[in-house]
Amino acid sequence: MAAWGFALIQSLLYLALAPLLVGWVHKVKARLQNRRGAPIWQPYRDLYKLFAKEARMAHTASLLFRAAPYIVFVATWLAAAAIPLLSTDLPTAAMADVIVIAGLLGLARFFLALAGMDVGTAFGGMGASREMFVSALAEPAMLMAVFTLAMTAHSTNLASVVEYQLLGEPFLRPSYLFALAALVLVAIAETGRIPVDNPSTHLELTMIHEAMILEYSGRHLALMEWAAQLKLLLYAALLVNVFLPWGIAQSIRPDMLGMAFVLLVVKLALLGVALAVSETVLAKMRLFRVPAFLNLALLLALLGLMSHVILEVGS
Amino acid sequence: MSITLALQLAEGAIGLSLLSALVSFFPATIRRRVAMPLFTLSGLVALAAGLVALINGGVATAQLPLGLPWLPWQVRMDVLSGFFLSIIGVVSFAVGIYAPGYVRGFEGGKDSLRVLGGFTGLFLAGMMLVVLADDAFMFMVAWELMSLSSYFLVAWHHDSAANRRAAFLYLLMAHIGGLSILLGFGVLASFGGGFTFEAMRGAPLSFGWASVAFVLAFIGFGMKAGLVPLHAWLPEAHPVAPSHISALMSGVMLKVAVYGFIRFVFDLIGTVHWQWGVAVLIVGSLSAIIGVLLALMQNDLKRLLAYSSVENLGIIFIGLGLALLFLAEGHPLIATFAFVAALYHCINHALFKGLLFLGAGAILHSANERDLEKMGGLLRRMPWTGFFFLVGSISIAALPPFNGFVSEWLSFQAALQAWQLEGGVLRSIVPIVASLLALTGALVAATFVKVYGVAFLGQARSRAVRRARRVPLSMRAGQGILAFLCLLLGVLPTFFIDLINAVPREMLGQGLSQVSAHGWLWLTPISQQTASYGAPLVAMILFVALVLGLWLVGRGARRVRLGDAWDCGYAPPTPSMQYTGTAFVQPIRRIFGLLFQISDGVETQQDGRRRYYLQVVDRAWGLLYAPIARWVEWSSRQVVRLQSGSIRTYLGWTLATLLLLLWLVV
Repeated sequence: MAAWGFALIQSLLYLALAPLLVGWVHKVKARLQNRRGAPIWQPYRDLYKLFAKEARMAHTASLLFRAAPYIVFVATWLAAAAIPLLSTDLPTAAMADVIVIAGLLGLARFFLALAGMDVGTAFGGMGASREMFVSALAEPAMLMAVFTLAMTAHSTNLASVVEYQLLGEPFLRPSYLFALAALVLVAIAETGRIPVDNPSTHLELTMIHEAMILEYSGRHLALMEWAAQLKLLLYAALLVNVFLPWGIAQSIRPDMLGMAFVLLVVKLALLGVALAVSETVLAKMRLFRVPAFLNLALLLALLGLMSHVILEVGS
Repeated sequence: MSITLALQLAEGAIGLSLLSALVSFFPATIRRRVAMPLFTLSGLVALAAGLVALINGGVATAQLPLGLPWLPWQVRMDVLSGFFLSIIGVVSFAVGIYAPGYVRGFEGGKDSLRVLGGFTGLFLAGMMLVVLADDAFMFMVAWELMSLSSYFLVAWHHDSAANRRAAFLYLLMAHIGGLSILLGFGVLASFGGGFTFEAMRGAPLSFGWASVAFVLAFIGFGMKAGLVPLHAWLPEAHPVAPSHISALMSGVMLKVAVYGFIRFVFDLIGTVHWQWGVAVLIVGSLSAIIGVLLALMQNDLKRLLAYSSVENLGIIFIGLGLALLFLAEGHPLIATFAFVAALYHCINHALFKGLLFLGAGAILHSANERDLEKMGGLLRRMPWTGFFFLVGSISIAALPPFNGFVSEWLSFQAALQAWQLEGGVLRSIVPIVASLLALTGALVAATFVKVYGVAFLGQARSRAVRRARRVPLSMRAGQGILAFLCLLLGVLPTFFIDLINAVPREMLGQGLSQVSAHGWLWLTPISQQTASYGAPLVAMILFVALVLGLWLVGRGARRVRLGDAWDCGYAPPTPSMQYTGTAFVQPIRRIFGLLFQISDGVETQQDGRRRYYLQVVDRAWGLLYAPIARWVEWSSRQVVRLQSGSIRTYLGWTLATLLLLLWLVV
């Protein structure tokens, strides 16, 4: 029961940290562009403002439009709750293994795309179409990459995957490197960052995620934005905790958790800097260059899996 | 309760369906009141029979007072038959509830409702007889009964030439497939020394002959199941039939083909080889990926659903291929795992494809429209159908917490055990198949976002759709039952896998003993450490969090203000400014373009207006069917040369044939 209680606390921590990561990335990006930038608390203020504001809706919208923000938010949150953030002693990781996490993210995406099509505007449909297109190419790469990890650890449970990493002496597996590279590319595509999508654009013809939530306002928009921030944190946590798990607590003890928290913040901050730098130096690519980008991810993931089943299993 | 009871119930179900066929020819008042209830009852009894067989296990046999003097028809009930009988039963039950409302729309039309009812009953009886048959003779008779009666159902709207052509194509392909199955049975019968399945099981087969029998069966059953490249008839034939029949054909008849394959390969041949597993895996993955891409390109809702059946049968055969591969390589536990995944997907596909076809039928019933590009906004006009269709779409897109996800999860878990195989080639084939399965899953999600977004959301694109009315309660109830089962099988997988376990226990010698070892909350197919999925918990947390979220965020009297769509501040959008289905799939069409035969461009119409046209054709026509058709025509022309018109030449040919036959026989 204590473990479930901790899982609840950790999932709340996800909610609390998600806007901070986005604020941090914005801040670093602003500094890199010689601007002062908004304070890193700005995303919290935005969310607060949006929750307080009145929601407006097109009269062509159906009930699904109103339900979708809740479903998207809850599904993303549940997926995040199953990824170890501070401790690997996590019953939610057993409840939802990595395939279920992919499924929950799929559920969120399904409703996000439907919500985009609901009002019946051209932009919404365009965003939905592009989102499904990008995710169709990203999903196999993502599953292949996590399968490489799962096959190595003989478990699809992410907590076990992380523990397996901690147990063995840290030696470099070629399959892990490939999987890491693939997962980074997938994460960029799935969270809608440059060069696949630009989260700060409202230029009609290039937007993907923003096009789908264009019609939202008030609390609905707040939930959608928060879900997107959660998704970024979710992928960041997946990357840092699976590939650099050192420091994560293996049981729920206050000293270990404190240590884990400090290390996690450092790791996430560094990852945020890396993301800000890459977004500053890269330009957004054309939509039809995205398949090449994601095929590279799939290729890397398959190479990782192949090198695992051929090189590493037998020996 | 015993297995004999199951057999008796099954015989009763067959009797009821035949009776329903007979009653259909009575005067209209009796037909309307009695025929469909009998059909529904038959489905219910079949479901009961199947469940009794699954719970009890064991085997019961009986002889029917029919058949040839030296070969009376044998029926046999075991868990495999019981499993497929319950699939047949549950979908028929829902269809039976749905059908009266739907068929009323045809009342007073040109096509005879007697014929429809009569062949529907015969069709159901045929399918049930196939899964009960215990000798090749009865199997083939029942198989033909199923094929022929469904031919008449496909040809029911026979006044359009396209429908007649589709029906003929269906008949032709069904018979080529039937011939292949017959030859396959022939191989087994000649080695086993008899036409009963009992004799065939004991047939001593060399690898070569076993492979010949396997290939024949794979072609025959694969053709019925619509596997690529033999699938092209399926999207022609299934959509043409009335929608409740489409639901039966796609949801149930394809499963009967899967039954035939399992019975033939896993039971009758018995010893399997890894090469077969690889062949099935390749064909299965091709079907999955090509099926879903073609489904994505369709704008006719029922055709789209039919192509998606090709994809789902591909997924089922991927599971069976994995089972064959692991079984041949000496890993029975993992083989069981893949086998259970395939069986679970059989039920799932029957449920959600039945549901989706019934939904398509409801749209057809109230708006008389099959073209997605003319739909839109139906969720507001038909809220219940819209809700059930959404459940079907989520289920088929393999998203938690619905049923499609469970079988996808099981398939992935089975594929993840590939490291236990010997040899790098086999070990790497399985992950590649898994990546294709992942791609398929994502494309299915895109397909059903398109279908649901274009048909049910947005604004109506045509007058009839704008005025669509709700369908009668009975039609909604039929869909509701299937939708509820989709959720139930997604939330409580442990119960159902425990039930299905009887099948591999009998066919492969063991079941998945660990599935519910940690309680009904946890689905743990191999062990808790390897993989677990707490489906009820996921569903419960999703539900609770949703309710909490709605209460916390949306509480109070904070109403939503309505206005025009924002749309970046342009003029309020009109229905024709919405994204169309064709536009939705354009990016995917562009990158997978090589797989289709695409012709598009802008043409000038007679009134001087310009119009964009686009045609996406299945490459199977050009690559496989057209050459075969040309070859058949060419060889028939060669035969025509015999027809000289002179009686002396004909007599000469007759004499030559006679001599040849005498030489052959004596």
